[in-house]
Amino acid sequence: MTAETTKAKLAVKNLNFYYGNFHALKNINLNIREGKVTAFIGPSGCGKSTLLRTFNRMYELYPKLRAEGEILLNGNNILDRGVDLNMLRAKVGMVFQKPTPFPMSIYDNIAFGVKLYESLSKSEMDDRVEWALSKAALWNEAKDKLRQSGLGLSGGQQQRLCIARAIAVKPEVLLLDEPTSALDPISTAHIEELVHELKRDYTIAIVTHNMQQAARVSDYTAYMYLGELVEVGETDTIFTTPTKKATEDYITGKFG
Amino acid sequence: MAPVVVTPASETLMNSQEKRLHKQAMQDRIFRGTTRFFAFFVLALLAGILISLLIGAWPAIQQFGLGFVVGTEWNPVTGQFGGWNSIRGTLLSSFIALLIGVPVSFGIAIFLTELSPVWLRRPLGIAIELLAGVPSIIYGMWGLFVFAPWFADNVQPWLTEHSAGLPIIGGLFDGPPMGIGMLTAGLILSVMVIPYISSVMRDVFEVVPPMLKESAYGLGGTTWEVVWRVVLPYTRSGVMGGVMLGLGRALGETMAITFVIGNAQQPIHSLFDPSTSISATLANEFTEATTALHTGSLIYLGLLLFFITFVVLTLSKLMLLRMQRAEGH
Repeated sequence: MTAETTKAKLAVKNLNFYYGNFHALKNINLNIREGKVTAFIGPSGCGKSTLLRTFNRMYELYPKLRAEGEILLNGNNILDRGVDLNMLRAKVGMVFQKPTPFPMSIYDNIAFGVKLYESLSKSEMDDRVEWALSKAALWNEAKDKLRQSGLGLSGGQQQRLCIARAIAVKPEVLLLDEPTSALDPISTAHIEELVHELKRDYTIAIVTHNMQQAARVSDYTAYMYLGELVEVGETDTIFTTPTKKATEDYITGKFG
Repeated sequence: MAPVVVTPASETLMNSQEKRLHKQAMQDRIFRGTTRFFAFFVLALLAGILISLLIGAWPAIQQFGLGFVVGTEWNPVTGQFGGWNSIRGTLLSSFIALLIGVPVSFGIAIFLTELSPVWLRRPLGIAIELLAGVPSIIYGMWGLFVFAPWFADNVQPWLTEHSAGLPIIGGLFDGPPMGIGMLTAGLILSVMVIPYISSVMRDVFEVVPPMLKESAYGLGGTTWEVVWRVVLPYTRSGVMGGVMLGLGRALGETMAITFVIGNAQQPIHSLFDPSTSISATLANEFTEATTALHTGSLIYLGLLLFFITFVVLTLSKLMLLRMQRAEGH
């Protein structure tokens, strides 16, 4: 499928982002396509995580951070003042660098987000928990200990729990911020397989430090440097015949 | 590196090295012994206090036995002593203090960590810590001369009027509005424990990993949901520690309570009635106690206060352990 035939789920237009006086994102223009995986690569501090965190306005938790420009989700600007942040974050789920299970049982970890938006009966909730855990390929390992603390799982399992928790609320977009940076290679492989599975139902944006990972899991890759979007395109193209010299240098390891 | 050749010079080097190691091991032993002594010294001190209290209270223990705990008669003239009025006062005033102090402290801590603009956090935090530093006699004087009259004129009549006829609560706010009494003591105590509880809560809320909070916000949680369902469970043992610190202060508080509780050895029918607490009784009567039985009874009260504090702290530790086990840690 070519870029023109898939719809843009998220359209970023002239986005600028500031940490106080520091200009962290400079005039970003980019489309994130529906049902595809878009990877963001670039050296540390290039703004890729910052960009990801504008998609659910996570930056609003902290003072002095501000975004200017437009980010259209299904055509609506999510940076508008009137946007309900809680609803936005229900539509745009996020998974972080480190597993962050809540201090409660595995079941409640999944139910936490669901309860915020839907009032499900006990059996519906049971179904939802099973569905989410199955989607995250954790059901078989967790089904016998749903009532035990999520903190008792291994790191890789915890991260899949976090993914299950994020998809349990049925978001439209899933943001993965270096989701495997704290995991061992086997857990990483699990998560990557999961990303493949999930893109059938979700639009996924993933930030990664690992270029092989970007090549393995993504359909599109965006290379960022010093707050600017250097190049974006189909992953195959970016990794084989990038148009910009800077991208090529980074990918071939000459720099970064 | 050059190959090592054993020469007389390097032998002396090894000897001096051995000596140094020996000296270090010696220092380590001394250090360990000293710290162990300090740690056990605390235990000895505790045991010493307990024993001396027991000896001092012995006349009263012999005379009244455990019935002292539930005895309501306190009459130095007839030599009849029972501690229930004081014990009840201590427990009830501390309970009121926590009932009001804990939710308020929780609110303060949430505001300071989650909601307050950054520039306001430090000044507010410092102000609350300063409250903790106000000597308790100041609270007592303020409670007696400022708060109690205002409370009697403005709040108590309103409470009586609006609670009249209600089941259970109706009886609590009955009686003449005198300003001083059990409720006032509880309120003053709550003001005194708030700085302790809220600053501990703020400190433990602050160390919650930002990513954990972001995860909860990232699912669309409101501030309340995030704090109540994620931050609070995560910091449970710390919060509990803060509450216990406050409770410890409330149970033992003397000066402020003595000013405002009314110091009356009598049964109470409502929270407006003047009463007394263990520490208030002790503070009031120690200079007047002439007979061994009177002094013994006072020390017996002190022993009971010691015991209550110990039981409360133990129970809270057990509760915490059970909660952690239920969590599956």
